[in-house]
Amino acid sequence: MTGDEIQQIFFQECDEGLSAAEAGLLLCQAGAQDEETINTIFRAVHSIKGGAGAFGFAALQSFTHHFETVLDRVRSDELALTPAVLATLLAAFDTLADHVTAIRGQDAAPDDAAILARLQSLARARDASPADTAAPIPPAPATMPDAGFDLDALLAGLNAAALPGRPPWRVIVRPEAAALAGGSEPLLLLRELKAIGGRIVDVDTGAVPDLDRFDADGAYLAWTFEVPGAAEKAAIAEIFDFIADDCAVSITAADEDMDGVCPSDADTADAVSGAAALPAPALDEVAAAAVETVPPAPPTGLVAERRGAERRAQDAQTIRVDLDKLDRLVNLVGELVITQSMLSQRLLMRGLGSIDELGDLDHLTRELQDSAMSIRAQPVRWVFSRVPRIVRELEASTGKRVRLEVEGEATELDKTVIERIGEPLTHLIRNAVDHGIEDPARRIAAGKPAEGRLRLSAEHRGGRILIIVSDDGAGIDRTRVLAKAVEKGIVAPDARLSDEEIDHLIFAPGFSTAQQVSNISGRGVGMDVVKQNVLALGGRISIQSVPGRGSTFTLALPLTLAILDGMIVSVADQTYIIPLTHIVESLRPAAGAVKSMGNGQHVLNVRGTYLPVLAVAEQLAIGASSPDPSSAVLIVVETEVHGQAVLMVDAINDQRQVVIKSLETHYRQIDGVAGATILGDGRVALILDVESLVAHRAAGADRIAA
Amino acid sequence: MTSILAVDDSPSMRMLLRSALVSQGFVVSEAEDGVAALAWLENNAPTLLITDINMPRLDGFGLIEAVRAQPRFRDMPILVLSTESSAEKKAIARRAGATGWIVKPFDTEKLAAAVRRVTH
Repeated sequence: MTGDEIQQIFFQECDEGLSAAEAGLLLCQAGAQDEETINTIFRAVHSIKGGAGAFGFAALQSFTHHFETVLDRVRSDELALTPAVLATLLAAFDTLADHVTAIRGQDAAPDDAAILARLQSLARARDASPADTAAPIPPAPATMPDAGFDLDALLAGLNAAALPGRPPWRVIVRPEAAALAGGSEPLLLLRELKAIGGRIVDVDTGAVPDLDRFDADGAYLAWTFEVPGAAEKAAIAEIFDFIADDCAVSITAADEDMDGVCPSDADTADAVSGAAALPAPALDEVAAAAVETVPPAPPTGLVAERRGAERRAQDAQTIRVDLDKLDRLVNLVGELVITQSMLSQRLLMRGLGSIDELGDLDHLTRELQDSAMSIRAQPVRWVFSRVPRIVRELEASTGKRVRLEVEGEATELDKTVIERIGEPLTHLIRNAVDHGIEDPARRIAAGKPAEGRLRLSAEHRGGRILIIVSDDGAGIDRTRVLAKAVEKGIVAPDARLSDEEIDHLIFAPGFSTAQQVSNISGRGVGMDVVKQNVLALGGRISIQSVPGRGSTFTLALPLTLAILDGMIVSVADQTYIIPLTHIVESLRPAAGAVKSMGNGQHVLNVRGTYLPVLAVAEQLAIGASSPDPSSAVLIVVETEVHGQAVLMVDAINDQRQVVIKSLETHYRQIDGVAGATILGDGRVALILDVESLVAHRAAGADRIAA
Repeated sequence: MTSILAVDDSPSMRMLLRSALVSQGFVVSEAEDGVAALAWLENNAPTLLITDINMPRLDGFGLIEAVRAQPRFRDMPILVLSTESSAEKKAIARRAGATGWIVKPFDTEKLAAAVRRVTH
C-alpha cells in the first residue's frame, strides 16, 4: 500500500463522509435531527479534517476546521440549529464538496471566503466563553492561511485578563535539554498557554551553550508566561499534566515572588510531573508534521460486527483495480461464454449433450460471468448523491420549494451506465423542478402543499434497472405540447394523437415547451438529448403524466452493456436475436387469428386486443415477401414507448445469453439493429432493436432499412 | 515484540498508522471503533493501545475507560491520537486513564519514539 493508494482511500472516505453529512443535514432540514444525527455530521467533517491534515491539503483542513467548530457548538448545544444556522451549514457542506473535488485535482479550490465568514460568525456567536473560543486549536495553525480567526479567539482570551480579581499566574516552562530528542514538542505547550490567555513575559537564554557545543536538537530555552488570573490554576496544571517529566514547570501567583528569577528544578514551587499520577509512563505531545511517503504494508485488519449493513458495506475492505484490467477480464469472460456455447452445441450435435460436465461447465461459466459483471457494478448512489445539491440550487434560483425523496441508492448498475446516466438524470431533475413543480402560490391555489415533492428512486425489475423521477407538479400541458408540436411541424395539424403520444412529443428533436427559455432547463439541451443518451445505453424512457397531479419519468436501463438474454430466431434463412426483455409471449396463431387490414398490414387478436403484426423480413427488407402469417411464429413484444406489437418470424431456434458486440465499432449503426453477436457455431447474428422496429412501424414507415 | 492495537474509524488513517508503525518494526492490529476494539481485546492483549477520540458507537474516551476498568489492562499504555489538542479534552482523556496524547497529523519518527518511550 503506497501513500498514493492510501490517499485514494482517503478520497473514498471523503465521498462517504460527504454523503453521510449530507444525509444528516437533510434529516435536520426535515426537522428530524437528534443527537446522533448531529454527531454523525460532526464525525464526517472531523474525519475529513483529520485526513486533510495527514495528506497535506491545507485549504481543505482549514475549511473543515471552521466547519467542525460550528458543528461542535451545535453538538454541545451552545448553538441552536435555527433555519439560518442550518442554511449556513448546508452552504458550508456544498463548499466542502467543492473542496473535496478540488483535492482530487478535478477542479480549482473553491472561493470559500464568504462562507468562512459566515461560519466564523457562528463560531463566535453569543455566549462563547473564553474557554470555548480557545478550543480546539487547529493542528498546524502556522500553515493555515486564515489564522486570523484563531487570533480573534486568542484576543478574546486575553481580554479576560483585564477582568478585576485574582492576580495573574506566573508560569515558567523549562524543557530538559534532551526534551526534543525524546519526541516532545514544547511549542505545543506554549501554544496552549497562549490559548488560555497566556503571554510570554520573559525568555531565559542563559542555558544556550557556545556554538561548538550547541546541539541542534537540544532544548535550551525557558519561558516565563503570565496567565490571566481568571484562569484556574488547575486548568493551567492540566496542560502540563499530560507531559512527561522532561519539562520543568512552575505555576505561582505573579505577586508571590521572584522577579525575573528562573528557578531550577530544585526550587520549583509547584512542579507538575505528568508521570506521577499515571498508570504508565507519561508522554508529551508529539509534533505535528506532515507524514511523508509510507512504505508498503499489507492491509489486514480487525473486522468487527457491522451496523447498518448497506451503509457500512462501503467500509468493507476494497482493492483498487485499473479499469482496463477489468474490461479485459469482462471481455475474456464474454469470449469464454461464446466458446462454451460453441462447445456445447458441437457436443450436442454428436449426441453428447447430456453429459454432466457440460452442465457444470455451463453453470460455472454463467457464475463467472455474473461475478465479472458484478465487479463492474456500482451503486447508483454515486449519481444520486449529486441530486440534493442540484435541487437546492434550483430552489434558490426558482423560488420554488421542493422536498426530495430518494430511494434505492444501493441499487447497482454497470459502471459505464453510472457514468453516462448522470447528465440525462440531471436534466430530468431540472426539468421536473423547472417545468413540473409549480411555485408555492400556485400550488396553494391548487390545494396542494406549498412544498413540491420530487421523488427519485432506483430499483431492480425484470433484468433491468428502473430509475424513476416523479414530481407532484402540474403534469404535462398536453394542449400546449400539441400546439407547439404542430407549430414546429413535428406533427400534422390534423393528427389525432393519444395522450401518451402527445406526452412523448417532448422527446422529439427540437421540441421545447418553455414559454421562454429559462436559465435552468434551457441550455440548448432538450429532452430529445435525454432520450438519445438513454437509448444509447440500451435503455428506454417513458412518461406517465396526469394533469394537475404530476409526471413520472421512468428510465429502464440494462444491468450490463455486455451481455443480454436473447431468443434466437430465423427469418428468411438469416439468424437474428430478439432481446428477451422485450418478449411477452410467443405463439403459433390459430387460423384466422391474424386479420388483414387490406393495405398489406395485419393485426393479431391477443385476448381481445388487436396488435399490429410486423413481418421482420419485410421490416429489414431481407425477404422478397412475407410468409403466410398463419404458418409463421408470432412473438408478442413489449416496448417502453409504443406499447405492444407482434413480430413475425419463421422459427424460434433457441434461447440463450449472448455477448453483445457493437456494430458501430465494426461497421456502422443500422436502424432496427442494436448490435451483433457470435453464435455457438461461429456465425454472426444481428440483435434486433425491437424498440426502433416498432417505433418505425408506429410512425408509418413501411421499411426502415433499404 | 511490541504489538499495537490501532483504533480509528477512518480506514485511511488506520492504514497510515499501520504503515508508519509497521515500518518501525511494530506489529499492528486494527479496530474501527471502540466497540470493535473491545471485542478484539477480549481475546488479545497488545503491548499498547492507540486510539482516536471521535468515533461512532463508542468513542475514544469511552474505550479508554472500559479498557482501564479491566484489571489485566491496568498497566497497558494507552495513547490518544487526535486532531484535537484542547486542555479540556486532554483532561478528560487523562481522567479516563490515557497515558499520552499525540496530535494528528503525526510524524512517523516521532510517533515511533513516543511508542518506544511508553513501552520501553
